[in-house]
Amino acid sequence: MAPRVGVVVFPGTNCEFDVIEAVNALGGTGVTLWHGDRALGDIDAVVVPGGFAHGDYLRPGAIARFSPIMAAVADFAASGGPVVGICNGFQVLTEAGLLPGALQKNRGLKFLCRMTELDVVATETALTTGVASGTRLRIPINHFEGNYTCSAETLAALIAEDRIVFRYVDNPNGSMNDIAGICNEQRNVVGLMPHPERASSALLGSTDGALLLRSLLSVAGRANRERLAVGA
Amino acid sequence: MLFEVHVEVRLRAGIADPQGATIERSLPALGFEGVSGVRVGKSIRFLVESADEASARAEVDVMCTRFLTNPVIEDSVVDIAVASVGAAV
Repeated sequence: MAPRVGVVVFPGTNCEFDVIEAVNALGGTGVTLWHGDRALGDIDAVVVPGGFAHGDYLRPGAIARFSPIMAAVADFAASGGPVVGICNGFQVLTEAGLLPGALQKNRGLKFLCRMTELDVVATETALTTGVASGTRLRIPINHFEGNYTCSAETLAALIAEDRIVFRYVDNPNGSMNDIAGICNEQRNVVGLMPHPERASSALLGSTDGALLLRSLLSVAGRANRERLAVGA
Repeated sequence: MLFEVHVEVRLRAGIADPQGATIERSLPALGFEGVSGVRVGKSIRFLVESADEASARAEVDVMCTRFLTNPVIEDSVVDIAVASVGAAV
């Protein structure tokens, strides 16, 4: 059975169908999850996609983290389920406390919409299982608040525990330590500012994002088989 | 009792402030020399009904920690005063 990827939709989310299209093209089954629901249903992975959840009012992710679905996402993550936050989804996961740190306005105050180059740093995460460390990827960004920041202690822990998943080759936004994406201690929750779903087809100018989504589907597939085994 | 609350949300000391830096760089171009330390924050005002000032302050402090600020990068300064007559909305 194809792994099922739940894609969370808040009012103002706008990348959910891009993610579902990319997941389906790679052999998964993408389904939307409404933010007002309290349960995820039969899901093997969760993606919190990009957009402007709740208008980004107060701070990006500040209101979305209180949506009913987020408690279920937190439980799913705590049970080891793969959870990926892309762009605004990364902001939501930091506000929800599922990932450390925060995303500030870009250095230079410009909204950045362009292709970037990233290096894969940490492997064996929900997005980089089977992807070699040092792999260089071309994946676009599209954000105003992607400037990652955290305390010195958190940064030291991220480095020591090999939890910086991606670094920009040429830092576009002032992000601390060139961080483009990080993971939690268990490595099943990953947040990143670049959009893998927008680099998942040759028509889009790069297929490098498909590498990452394939990793997510393989991790989700494992979860899927375990779920079916438990159910059987 | 009704209290008027003013919450000033500020970036913590040491956290880079891209908006403040941009404003600071712009001021000399307009002829304002000698300005430094520009920091941009948010100002949030509201009314709260509470038994007394201490309980109002306690409630606002929780609001700040859970919602109005992101404690990773922001802190807050809270002013509370008994609402003046006619402040109710």
